[in-house]
Amino acid sequence: MKDWKETLLNPIFKGNPITVLVLGICSSLAVTVQLKGAFVMALSVIVVTGLSSFVVSLMRNSIPNRIRIIVQLVVVALMVILVDQVLKAYAYSISKTLSVYIGLIITNCIVMGRIEAYALGNKPLPSLLDGLANGAGYGLILVVVAFFRELLGSGTLFGFRIIPESFYGAGYMNNGLMILPPMALILLGCIIWIQRAIQKDLQEK
Amino acid sequence: MEYLSLFVKSIFVDNMIFAYFLGMCSYLAVSKNVKTATGLGVAVIFVLLVTLPINYLLNKYMLQPGALSWIGEQYAEIDLSFLSFIVFIAVIAAIVQIVEMVVEKFAPALYSSLGIFLPLIAVNCAILGGSLFMQERDYANLGEATVYALGSGIGWFLAIVALAAIREKMAYSHVPAPLKGLGITFITVGLMGIAFMTFMGIQL
Repeated sequence: MKDWKETLLNPIFKGNPITVLVLGICSSLAVTVQLKGAFVMALSVIVVTGLSSFVVSLMRNSIPNRIRIIVQLVVVALMVILVDQVLKAYAYSISKTLSVYIGLIITNCIVMGRIEAYALGNKPLPSLLDGLANGAGYGLILVVVAFFRELLGSGTLFGFRIIPESFYGAGYMNNGLMILPPMALILLGCIIWIQRAIQKDLQEK
Repeated sequence: MEYLSLFVKSIFVDNMIFAYFLGMCSYLAVSKNVKTATGLGVAVIFVLLVTLPINYLLNKYMLQPGALSWIGEQYAEIDLSFLSFIVFIAVIAAIVQIVEMVVEKFAPALYSSLGIFLPLIAVNCAILGGSLFMQERDYANLGEATVYALGSGIGWFLAIVALAAIREKMAYSHVPAPLKGLGITFITVGLMGIAFMTFMGIQL
């Protein structure tokens, strides 16, 4: 039982795939202008990592070692197509704003990384948990970055106004810089800074 | 003239790294020195230039709604666009493999300098991202798609070489311990991105 807790919690904080392992930054940041997009993206990644780890782990004994990469790619692409179709059917406007980034989950290193590192050597259920937890660790960073960008950049959260009108009347202005793509990187740098200041063992020499 | 405009736009304004964060993983991992960064950059330009036109043709004659009408009238209503992810990634993986073998056979010198990067590129988001953007923006003809591939490849190349040069110099500076390595690199890339935003709105 303790093992399970470890599998579940480790990727979210101590071994976070983005800030510690530097995996899957590619597709993550462009969707963080608004919390809503980031949230949907996080959910999609959780589903894809969880399910593809699960499926690959089910097949792990029958996949020939030499062609395993292509088999994994096909499984992952299948999951991404499923997620994409579901989003298109039930949340069309969000799937439009996420545009190509849903498709880019295929090449998100987290998915392949977890399959290679964990799912190929473990039973289906722990693999599912590992996949879900890594997706969640990734999603957490995405949501944190999006929270600050939307709050400071447009004064809203999930599209609802948070900063009252009277502030604007008193001369408060939205920070337009937050909307621009480079701020996502700088915010992520700051998150890493804070995390490594707390967990000293992660610092690079 | 449109080609030139598209070319400049895809290098500077729609830069793969600074505007869309594509290919970040290898961008951060392989930018520690200028020489390897150049190798990876050239490999990315090369693979983009090969895969994007092929995916363009596939998209136009196989995947788009109504794309199959060239076979016969009864196929005109088939819409295979839901298959595009799997087709694109398969094409990319296959092309990378073929390119690797061809380069190894006919240009051993190039192979030994690009060698390790070529397989890495199959999972570089910039390549798949290029194809997906091409599909989404619906370029008018093969020429535009090729120019877009060349431009965005060069943009990626410029970005990685510039970052590698900065990181080489940064190795000698005093960075606060928690920021060392990854943290300061992110902030540097962010600042470079802001610098690149000055190109926004350029019209040719």
